[in-house]
Amino acid sequence: MTARVTVLYFASLRDVAEIDHETFDTAAPDLRVLYLELRARYGFPMPVERLRVAVDGAFARWEDVPRDGSEIAFIPPVSGG
Amino acid sequence: MARFSLSEVPFDVATLRAGLLDARVGAYASFEGWVRDHNDGRPVDGLRYEAYATMAEREGEAILAEACARFPILDARCVHRTGDLAIGELAVWVGVTAAHRDAAFAACRFVIDEVKARVPIWKHERYADGDAGWLHPG
Repeated sequence: MTARVTVLYFASLRDVAEIDHETFDTAAPDLRVLYLELRARYGFPMPVERLRVAVDGAFARWEDVPRDGSEIAFIPPVSGG
Repeated sequence: MARFSLSEVPFDVATLRAGLLDARVGAYASFEGWVRDHNDGRPVDGLRYEAYATMAEREGEAILAEACARFPILDARCVHRTGDLAIGELAVWVGVTAAHRDAAFAACRFVIDEVKARVPIWKHERYADGDAGWLHPG
């Protein structure tokens, strides 16, 4: 089973990936594995433990399965305020 | 009306404050976060805030709704800047109204703490020595 997902990159992740989003088909069984695959592809320095993950604009769980048509964002530690 | 908003341009606190006041209000508490000229011992020239806008607005609204549910307040609002900011510019404003001061202070503190902890906004600082970088605390 593959799902077509759009992944958004922000802040230091965008700087490393050199893109702010991309759409592709993934067979990753969950969002943790999806991040690990992208980390291997782009060389993100941050381990999964330092990030949170969001799906369609709401915080999600690393164990969630990538859903077809969803928008996924890996959220580095925030620094607003 | 949205209680939380992002603003790409400077905004006027007096207007926001006026929008909160009515006859029921006995107390108004606010927090203003400004861009300072140093961080962690390094001189700072300026900064940029980047947001995951749709999520930041949703998460910000959720925080203000939580504040209204947790504290006996009348209303709570927050505006956060995005884009390039210079030293001395206003970065974030929180305004809370209540019948009494205890709830206004407590809710205002709650809102800014939660915004800093969970709203997807990131600060990119430019340092006087020419270096620059994202702040990812923790």
